[in-house]
This record gives sequence, C-alpha cells and structure tokens, in this order.
Amino acid sequence: MKAFELVNPTDVSGAVSALTAAGREGKLLAGGIDLLSEMKEYIATPSIVVNLKAVSGLNKIESSAKGLKIGALVTLSDIAKHPTIAAKYTALAEAAESVASPQIRHVGTLGGNLCQRPRCWYYRDEHVICLKKGGSKCYAIEGENEYHAILGGGPSYIVHPSDCAPALMVLGASVDISGPKGNRTVSLDKFFILPTENLYKENVLEVGEIVTHITVPAPAAGTTSHYLKIRHKESMDWALSGAAVALTAKAGKVTSAKVVLSGVAPVPWRSPEAEKALIGKQVTTAIADRAGAAAVAKAKPLGGNAYKVPLTRNVVRLAVLHAAGVKG
Amino acid sequence: MAGWKSPSENTVLGKPTPRLDGPAKVTGRAKYAYDVQPAGLLQGKILRCPHGSAQIISIDTSAAERMPGVGAVIITAKPGDIMRFAGQELGGVAAKSFDIAQDAVRAIKVSYKVLPHVVHEEAAMKPDAPNVRGADPNTSTPNTRSTGDTDAAFQSAAAVIEGTYSCAVRTHNSLETHGTTCKWEDDTHLTCWASTQGVFSVRDDFAREYKLPPANIHVITEVMGGGFGSKFGAGYEGILCANLAKKANAPVKLMLNREEEQIAVGNAPSATVEVRMAADGDGNITAVDAKLHGTGGISGAGVPFPYIYKVGSTKISQISVFMNSGGQRAWRAPGHPQASFLMESAVEDLAIKLGMDPLELRMKNDPSKLRISQWREGARIVGWDRRNAKPGNGKLAGNGRYKRGLGCGAATWGGGGGGGSQCKVIISNDGSVDVEIGVQDIGTGTRTYCAMIVAEELGLAVSAIKTNLGKTSLGYGVGSGGSVTTGSTAPAVKRAAEAAKEALVSAVAAKMGVDTDQIELIDGKVIVKGESGKQVPFKKACSALGPGGVTGDGKWDASLQQNGVAGVQFAEVQVDTLTGLVKVIKVVALQDGGVILNPLTFTSQVNGGVIQGIGMALFEDRKMCQLTGRMLNANMEDYKMPGSMEMPEFVSIAFENPTAKGVSGIGEPPVIPTAAAIRNAVLNASGAALYHAPMTPGRVLDALAAGRKG
Repeated sequence: MKAFELVNPTDVSGAVSALTAAGREGKLLAGGIDLLSEMKEYIATPSIVVNLKAVSGLNKIESSAKGLKIGALVTLSDIAKHPTIAAKYTALAEAAESVASPQIRHVGTLGGNLCQRPRCWYYRDEHVICLKKGGSKCYAIEGENEYHAILGGGPSYIVHPSDCAPALMVLGASVDISGPKGNRTVSLDKFFILPTENLYKENVLEVGEIVTHITVPAPAAGTTSHYLKIRHKESMDWALSGAAVALTAKAGKVTSAKVVLSGVAPVPWRSPEAEKALIGKQVTTAIADRAGAAAVAKAKPLGGNAYKVPLTRNVVRLAVLHAAGVKG
Repeated sequence: MAGWKSPSENTVLGKPTPRLDGPAKVTGRAKYAYDVQPAGLLQGKILRCPHGSAQIISIDTSAAERMPGVGAVIITAKPGDIMRFAGQELGGVAAKSFDIAQDAVRAIKVSYKVLPHVVHEEAAMKPDAPNVRGADPNTSTPNTRSTGDTDAAFQSAAAVIEGTYSCAVRTHNSLETHGTTCKWEDDTHLTCWASTQGVFSVRDDFAREYKLPPANIHVITEVMGGGFGSKFGAGYEGILCANLAKKANAPVKLMLNREEEQIAVGNAPSATVEVRMAADGDGNITAVDAKLHGTGGISGAGVPFPYIYKVGSTKISQISVFMNSGGQRAWRAPGHPQASFLMESAVEDLAIKLGMDPLELRMKNDPSKLRISQWREGARIVGWDRRNAKPGNGKLAGNGRYKRGLGCGAATWGGGGGGGSQCKVIISNDGSVDVEIGVQDIGTGTRTYCAMIVAEELGLAVSAIKTNLGKTSLGYGVGSGGSVTTGSTAPAVKRAAEAAKEALVSAVAAKMGVDTDQIELIDGKVIVKGESGKQVPFKKACSALGPGGVTGDGKWDASLQQNGVAGVQFAEVQVDTLTGLVKVIKVVALQDGGVILNPLTFTSQVNGGVIQGIGMALFEDRKMCQLTGRMLNANMEDYKMPGSMEMPEFVSIAFENPTAKGVSGIGEPPVIPTAAAIRNAVLNASGAALYHAPMTPGRVLDALAAGRKG
C-alpha cells in the first residue's frame, strides 16, 4: 500500500480537525476491515489516515426505555450478542450476526459497516477506471453483473454492501454526525444517496464528517422485526438479496410496516410498495407474497442478474412471514 | 521378499493414525517456504501485464532502480513481445521490504500497445475472434474418433437424450500460494525452500537453468499447503526468485499473493459437451455422439469421453479453445471431474427417459466388478430405496419448500507407482530410528505412513520413528502427481525397513548367540522365539550395533504396489425451492485404494476430494470480463470455495478390495464423481435439471422455473 501518515486523535473534535485538515487526502480508520483492504489493493490511497480507535466514548451500547444509542466503534459481535438488541431490535442483531465471519465481526464496527464502500468487482479492480473512480462507464452494464443492482441502478449499478443498514432503517434509526460545521443528526432513510445524486460516495457525509453514534428509538408495542440474508455461501458471503422487515400489529392487523432490501440496489432499498401491501392486512402467505411481488415490481435486471427478481420476491415473502411469526 | 501383511496381522499399518506433523501445522510451528527467514532476506515481487493482450513498446526501470532499499531489478520481457493474458510476467524486483518491492514494481514504466483480446470461450470459437496464438487458430484441429455404428444404434434405440452439459473453469487456489525462498550459498550452490509437489523436479529445473550439477541445488519442502497439480517445477516465480537472489547477492523470498495465485499459475479447464446418447430396452448404452470443447486459456484442454461406462458405439469430436487467460495446469484428476459431470449427468437423464432406476442403468453398463460391489454397498448405506421414483416427486422430496433427493456418480483412476525411489532406514546404536527419503509430503500423509511402515517392520510405536522427508539431499522421491506418491514411495520404505531390520537382527542374534530366525521384534522388544523371558528392550538391543548403527537401503518394488482404483459416491441434497440454494446433506463415498496403509489419512483425502467436488458443483467459477480482459474474481470473496457451513456429513469409506496385494495412491479419484452425484441429486430432489456447473442459486431458480413450465 501507499505510505501514509497515521494520526491518533483522542477525542471527536480532534478527529474532525485532523480529517478536515487532511481533506480529500484523508481517510477515517475504525475497524479497518474495509479501509485496509482498499489501501492494500490501491483502491484508496490516502496520505493521512485518522485513527478513530483512540477516541473514547464511541464503543458503548446504551440501552434505555427511549431506545438504543450505539457508538460507531461498537463491534458487530458486540451487537449480535447483546441480549436487549436480540430481544427487542431483533433485525439488527440478526443483521450483525450475518456479516462475514466471527473474526471480522470481532473487529468490524457498526460505523464501518454503514460507511463501507461497494464490493463491485470493477470498482475493486485497481486497473479498471470505472464510473465511480472518475471513468466514463459503469462496466457492469455490458460486463459481468450477476451481483449488481436490479433496483435504483444507474448510472452506476453497485449494490450497497451493508447488512446492518437495512435492519437499522426498518427500526427507524438515525446517525449522529460530527463535522467541521458542528453536529447534525440524519435519519438513516436520508443518509444513503443514489449514484444519480453522487457517483463518488454512497452517503451524505462531507469531508471531515464522522459518524459518532447510531440511535434507534424503542420499537412501538407489538413490533417485531427480522433480517433475512440470502448468500450463495453460508460460511461467509455478501447478500445476493436480503430483506429487513419491521411490523407493528394490533389485533392481528399490520398497523405499520417497514421493508428495506439489501444486495439489490446502490443504497439499502426502502420498498414503500411492499410496505403498502402489508398495512392494514393480516399477514398470510398470500399477503407476504404480494408484498414480495410489489417489492420487485419496478425491478430492472441487467443481463446476468435476472435471478435476483424472483429471489428477492421470495426473500421479502419469507422475511415478512418470519417477522409476523407466520409459518410459510 | 515379503509382501504387505494382511490387516489382521498388522499392529500399526492399517490402523487409523493421526498425521505426525498435524500438531506442528495447527500450532504454527511447522516451517513453510514462507516462514523461512535467512539473514539479510529480501522480498520479491513480480511485474505483470494488466492487459488481456498487448505488445510491449518500452520498459523503463530507472525509477525502480533508484529507489532506496531495492536490491535487484530483473526484466525478462523485451519491447516487441506480445503478452497474451492479464497477469503474464515481465520481470520483478527484490527489495528490503515487501512494501518497497511493491512500490518499485509499480514504479517500472511499461508502455503497451493494447491489442484486442478474447476471454470468453464461445466468443473465442467465432471465426472473427482476435487470434490468441499468433498464426494458429483459436481452436485446435478436432480430435475425432469413432467405434461401431452410431446411426443404427440411434435408429433402434428405446430412448435417446440430447443435451448440452458444461462446467466452468476453476482455479487451484492452494491455500499456500506458489513461491520460494532462495539463497545462494556461493556462486554455484543454491538452497531453495519451495512450496512444491516435486522437490526433485524443482531441483532439475534450477540445474538446467544454471547449467549446474543437480547435486549443487538443494530444494527443501518439509510441509506444504496444497498444490493439486499446479506446483511442479521451479516455475517462473522460482527462477525469478533465484535470479533476483543472485543479482542482489542476498537471499530472496518470492511468494505470490492471492490474486496472482488465481490468474497465473494454473486452472482446471472448462468442458462442454453437446451429446446424443441412446439406450436399448434392456438398458444397454448403445450410442454416444458427442462434440466436446473446453478451454485452458492459453493452453490446451481435454477430457476423457465417454467416461467409465461401456458404450456400444461412439462418434466423438473434441477441440481445445484458446483464449487470453492464464494457462491450465493439472488439477486433481485432470479432466476426470469434468468428464464425470458431463457423462453422469447425461446417463442420469437417459435413465429417466428410459424409465429405469439410474443406479440400475449404471450397474448394467459398468465394466468394473469392484465398482459393482461398491454400487451395492453404497446404495445400502445411503438408503437408495428412499430416492424419489420421479424427479421432484416422492416422499423424500416432500411437498414443502425444501426438497430432498439422491444422486450418484463413479470414478476411475490409476494410482500405481513408478521406479526410482530410494529410501534409507537408519537404526543407531542408541536405539533411535530414522527414515529418510527425499519425497515431499504434499499434505496427504506421506510422512506419517513412512513412519508407520518402519514402525510395523521393527515392532515399534510410530512415535519412535524420526522422519526426514522433502529434501533433495536425501534419496530420490517422485513428484506428487497422478496419485503415484504412495505407490512409488511406500515400497521403497518397506524394503529399506526390512533391510535395516535384517542387519539389526543379525547383529543382535550374534550377540545373544541365537539364530537370526529365532529373533522377533514385537512391541518395542527383541524377543527370542520359544524362550520365554529371553527378551531385551529394543533400545538396549541396539547397543549391539557398532557406532555407525545399521542402514537399510530400499528401492521401489513393483510387487508392493498396484495400479487402477475404483470409487463411487452417493449424494443426498436439499434444494430450497424459494432461493435456489442447494445444501449437500450427506456424501457417501466408497473408495478402493489397494492395500490401505493409514485409514485416517485415507478418509481425510476422500473428504478433501468431496469438499473440492462440492466447490465444483455449487461454487467455483473463474470469471473473466470481456470488456477488460481481466479476471473478475481473483480473490476468495467472489471466487467462492466451500467453507465450514457448506460441509456435508461425510461417510467416507476405505473400501476393502479383497484381491489387493499392493498400495495405490488415491489423492485424485475422490474428487471425480462428487459434482455429478450432487447434480443428479438436485434433479431427483426438485425436478430441476441443471446443465452447467456450478449450480448457483440463479441457475437452480431458472431450472426450477423451467421444470414448472414442463
């Protein structure tokens, strides 16, 4: 990898200053799972790396009646094994547990999981200057695209790799951001951005900004959630397609539904169509399937990823049934 | 001289024995080529062409040469040369750290004229495709052959199937990558720690390269992390490493990274068959009309076809397709897993068309008596009668989301040995015993059975034998290819142990004043037959030897090995009809290997074959991009290999061959039938007929949808 200067601030403001001063030459290091592999493969070549690990106060899970406040440095394995998260914020625990391998979950952080870069094999090849790296075309369109987007694609067809983001989104989470202009809180619904908005990043973070915490409101009474991830290789793999679902039910009928898909779009993909198919209904196999069909109604597969359409339909169906506690 | 004892007479051989180097490997104490750190070591890195096809215009190394810490820069290509695949080598650098070496390689300026490439097999076969081999076409002259009258057989057939079956290019992806650490002891003596399956072929490559006597080259491979056929010879990386070491006047380590491992040091070719196959009403396969092609990138490819079964008449035409990707190398039973997938899939479809039990059709057409008994035994163990009578339809399949089914396939292989092996067994007068042979242990357990053979002869525990293997300074041993290591090595070890024993017994008998034929070596003791109480511990008895101890020399003996092994496998799978995911529940593998020295490492090899077969069936696919000319998944993220969660229940059985007199290697055969058995089980489970491996969720969903449409 390219030689770089490592900066070790001890508080958030120090990290923000260092990162702001570094400008486009700077990168933020948390668990390092994604950044270091990007650097080893010359996808990222920062001159300054700002290490967040020495910043205190970012590695705690605080749970109260109001909800969760999770530091950006909390590891995925800590989330997966947290009893309150498993019981009340089930989709999040399941999503964290589904990431990669135990070794990676012990090191990888929640902040990093949300801010990681795409896995697209063109993006990850140093020798391919694709659209996202300042080139003129998205190679996935005419090239090999079996893992690429079927929803929200264009002009780039990456899929967002995060498993935790869809789970957090159905639970109504937001992120606390510190930056050179102060602090702000952004709903995760508004955090991720499509390639049509910006080709070179996948979220709203500006230069010098750092995600410090993720807050999740306590789910309303009668809420259940589930994250289902279908991966080709169960041992360790990215989602071919996944769905996070949160349902609030009263007297057997769904009063609130959130459905967010993974592995199929350049952002964690909220599906209002699927949600609409569920609200006011009692969840049955037929209703769940209708939600699945609605989720992919606008899908536009490329040459090699048409299988993701029926797969995602079934994934939504299965996730809805599981969240509702209905046998499929 | 004696043959192998029967299993009941053995005390060590034939008993499951943990591999001797297992603890060292899992604790990290074992020293691989990568772990060697001679003083003053430099790190090497190769410069590679990034383009699918390109002509070199100029190469400027000046910036790299000037870089502090760089010990040597070597360029092996020259302006005008045509690079034929992305990853082809141009030279390399040795430097004080790996980072400097990498920076220096990146600082070498190569100017290319990029040429058109073709990296997809079907595209390479088209007449207007860019020419990969210069003047020669991208397809080889068809190899055509025929037997009997296929036209008549098709006309009178009771059932005919027609289909195209294919499987993808796979890479070896050895966990330990290719590479060496090279150290020149002086101008004419080289020590090379290599990751290789042939220490002597590496030695001979260096000897040729430097025009030195082979004895001047010392190659060491005490342990290695997999080769699967891709690690014979010094290779480009080995020769470059030694050249860099020479030029820098310092030892150099050059090990490939994961990407290089996938793009440049071998792969298993693809195979496609367009086939018509016929059977008569009795279930005899009467005709096979097949057109085959496959690509090994810039090298040729081929599979044996038809495979295994008796076929009344054949008409075969076969070509290699050349394209701009790294060349193929032998991959664990070269051509056979592909041939098995193509043939067994078609045989399964033929049985279904014929309305016959696919196992019955196989047994009817199987020429091997041994395999017939394996088919029977395997069917009993797996519960073949549970299978769905119709694809996707039966009690085992059920009516739910998950459907189960059974399938099977067969393997054949050689596995005998060859001459040349030279082993020494040394008994010292302190009672220590050493077995020495230069052959490397590719990971199959060679070291362990060498000790077991000696322990058996001398009546000692395996732990009492010291092993010294994997060095060209010792007696010759074969390269580990074609499953010949055991057939070549074990006979020489046995003969050496016998010779050492004879020398020991004769010295001890003289000292004790008894005839040699009265002496027995049992359970760590030297015993005089018939005279109870007259016994001495082995160690003490060895004090009768002179200061040099005794050395038994052993050479290969054909009578202790045999060629030709048989195997069958049955797979039980579960198909998730909503996601297309296939889970292999169980694989029952029956494998014959002649006289079996160590059942534990035997079944371990069978398990390993099954695992790689699962990889071929469900996961592994070397993906090339025609836009960029580059491999897309030169990593272990998108080049998917089975992991812990993909493991089935293994029922791996060392099948006792009642007529066996000699040992056989079985490194290769257990990988052959797995993919076919899984494909046929998927069909039996769900009605999804798959025609291409790997059977990804997408392909399974497509096949399920096609099945529903009829």
